Amino acid sequence: MDTLRGFACLLLCQSAGELLARGASLGLPGPVLGMLILLLLLRVEAVRRPVAAAADALLSHLSLLFVPVGVGVIAHLDLVAHYGARLLLVVLLSTWLGMAATALLLRKLWQRAD
Amino acid sequence: MAKFVELWVYLSATPLFGLTATIVTYVIAHAVYARLGQAPWANPVLWTVLVLVAVLAITGTPYPTYFAGAQFIHFLLGPAVVALAWPLWLRRAELRRRAGALLVAALVGGAVASGSAVALGWWLGLTPELLRSLAPKSVTAPVAMGIAEQLGGIPALAAVLAVLTGLVGALSAKYLFDALRIAQPEVRGFALGTTSHGIGAARALQVHPGAGAYAGLALGVQVLLATVLMTALGRLLSS
Repeated sequence: MDTLRGFACLLLCQSAGELLARGASLGLPGPVLGMLILLLLLRVEAVRRPVAAAADALLSHLSLLFVPVGVGVIAHLDLVAHYGARLLLVVLLSTWLGMAATALLLRKLWQRAD
Repeated sequence: MAKFVELWVYLSATPLFGLTATIVTYVIAHAVYARLGQAPWANPVLWTVLVLVAVLAITGTPYPTYFAGAQFIHFLLGPAVVALAWPLWLRRAELRRRAGALLVAALVGGAVASGSAVALGWWLGLTPELLRSLAPKSVTAPVAMGIAEQLGGIPALAAVLAVLTGLVGALSAKYLFDALRIAQPEVRGFALGTTSHGIGAARALQVHPGAGAYAGLALGVQVLLATVLMTALGRLLSS
């Protein structure tokens, strides 16, 4: 029951986020605003246990949720045939550059702080 | 035989097919991944996508037919983004203390990942539409779609590129960090989450709980930074 209650809470936060995103045209996606709303809501003790149960259930299978989008590559096979090698090269190099930059910078900043 | 074909045609056209195929394939891929000691190359998302693409191609099933069933899984991405508030809340004291350094690293790392992709793509002669779809690739797929739309890219392609970026990170992070002699799990997790969002975070979570929490945080921070900065950029470009 906790998981279901928590899931209801997640959906309510997302709905509030969507309303806020549409209503105030903040440019932020509804789920992101929902996350911020939930972060505020977690100050309420009674919310925590259900949210923990639902969040653990969802986040432990997070990678499954990307499968439908990933399969969507099949709808763009013409682009892949034409630009696939270049796109792969760009994604590979830029991801490595980004990861290296983040990790090296963060290590440096933490070393200085300690 | 004719009966079987008739039955397949009926089954493959119902939402049940897309949903069942996705979950069953993932469960098998995940079991293999666990069996192989969670080797990066055995990533369950990669193999599930490859198998499903092959199944759809061989059976001639159109993507919308598949998605009619898979959308039920896809929908959960929204609540999953909301649920990221929980790991953040658990580490709030530690995060508040380290907020400055984390924010700087997220901003620089995200800018390097996105900027280098656009620059490299431009140099390789990719179309402006493709470049605009590449820009938000380090942000989790559902948000990347929204950003790409505002930038004038192709949302569905941006989502595919985001998943590809996630897979590249999840598959190669271990070797990159080992080569750079970065040992701290929190640093590794945060860097992986910054560039490779949810798929990277899922990998980090399997390897080390601390790394997983920082990867989840990085994913959340990246979502906030990228949506604010890139939509501002989008408005600037279109005005």
